[in-house]
Amino acid sequence: MEMERQETYDIMAVCLLAGKIMLQSGAETYRVEDTMMRIAASFGAHQSHPYVTPTGILFSVEGTEPTKTKLIRIIERTTDLEKVASVNGISRKISAGEFTIEEAYKELKKISESGSPYSLWVHVLAAAISSGCFLIMFRGSWGDFFPAFVTGGLGFLSLLYFHQLVPIKFFSEFSASLLIGLQALFFVSTGIGGELDKIIIGSVMPLVPGLLITNAVRDLMAGHLISGLAKGADAFLTAFAIGAGIAVTFSFL
Amino acid sequence: MTIIEQLITSFIASAAFVIIFNGPKRSLFHCGLVGMVGWIFYFLLEANGMDMVLATVIASFSIAIASQYFAKKYKTPVIIYSVAGIIPLVPGGIAYNAMRNFVQNDYNLAINLAAKAFMISGSIAIGLVFSEVINQIIRKSKLKSIVNKSQ
Repeated sequence: MEMERQETYDIMAVCLLAGKIMLQSGAETYRVEDTMMRIAASFGAHQSHPYVTPTGILFSVEGTEPTKTKLIRIIERTTDLEKVASVNGISRKISAGEFTIEEAYKELKKISESGSPYSLWVHVLAAAISSGCFLIMFRGSWGDFFPAFVTGGLGFLSLLYFHQLVPIKFFSEFSASLLIGLQALFFVSTGIGGELDKIIIGSVMPLVPGLLITNAVRDLMAGHLISGLAKGADAFLTAFAIGAGIAVTFSFL
Repeated sequence: MTIIEQLITSFIASAAFVIIFNGPKRSLFHCGLVGMVGWIFYFLLEANGMDMVLATVIASFSIAIASQYFAKKYKTPVIIYSVAGIIPLVPGGIAYNAMRNFVQNDYNLAINLAAKAFMISGSIAIGLVFSEVINQIIRKSKLKSIVNKSQ
């Protein structure tokens, strides 16, 4: 009896860790629930009920003994698609019976402790390049490529910096987009840049909540109404922060 | 010439976006492809006079199909590809113009543009939903034919 109870708790620990990593890295709610149920089932717990929201996971496992339930809180959420893919791969291997509970837990622990696959400067460079490319896609002229490149890169860097300074998303997004607006204004007024609107739109793109929007839609589609609405609200708040930051710039015009 | 320019920039922009989201290195190329496919559909349709909303639906539909194909082929979550694809379609420019007009007290034009931005985000969702539905119908009908054969 004691042995069995221990094992149920171990299964729950593996499932919750997998769910926590996925949720923190930006996976869709239905994927998190599905993964947790699959892992539990392949370790022999066929009756499990995960309840996943963006801010916490409730998980209960039924068995011969009284039902056990655990709750974990999710506070910090980032975007790390690599981790989502890795946990997905591990859950496939668990389903195929390649891992014991201990091995699975160790592997998941390794993923949760691993850092970002790209360094800070690669991130900033990617933001800068994508800003420049978006400018061209929105039919800006090649002469504005350089201003958008610099503005987008510095804007993204300032987003990361402000977020470290004050861990409130709204504040960092607002300040970063304000800075983007001011930089674009600077470039245009010194004559280096041509079209203010195009430069701002291109540079702001790395801040746009694209993942949140897709996630919200997919969650709503799958019937996870609470998660979908919460993520939608999050996306709206981000968009509002960006808009407000840019709007302040116009008062300098 | 414009088309080649658009193809290259949309490929690079989508792949760079996946780096920002810490996507797996091995899928960067495919993400770029998905983004390129979606954007070129949108760009060509819109340039040939199609309504922006309808063009967005078709583009996001094509993105969802391409994402599902890659997700199945490489056994990775579909979201990695679809995020890269829809980013160029997000109505950033229109939302920006709406915000600008709000600030400059031109509420009529601002509401107009905001409604348009809202419609376009809705049509991105519709495109994704459509392909998901079709995907499930195909999967279920395949399942049925297997069941029928075994009986």
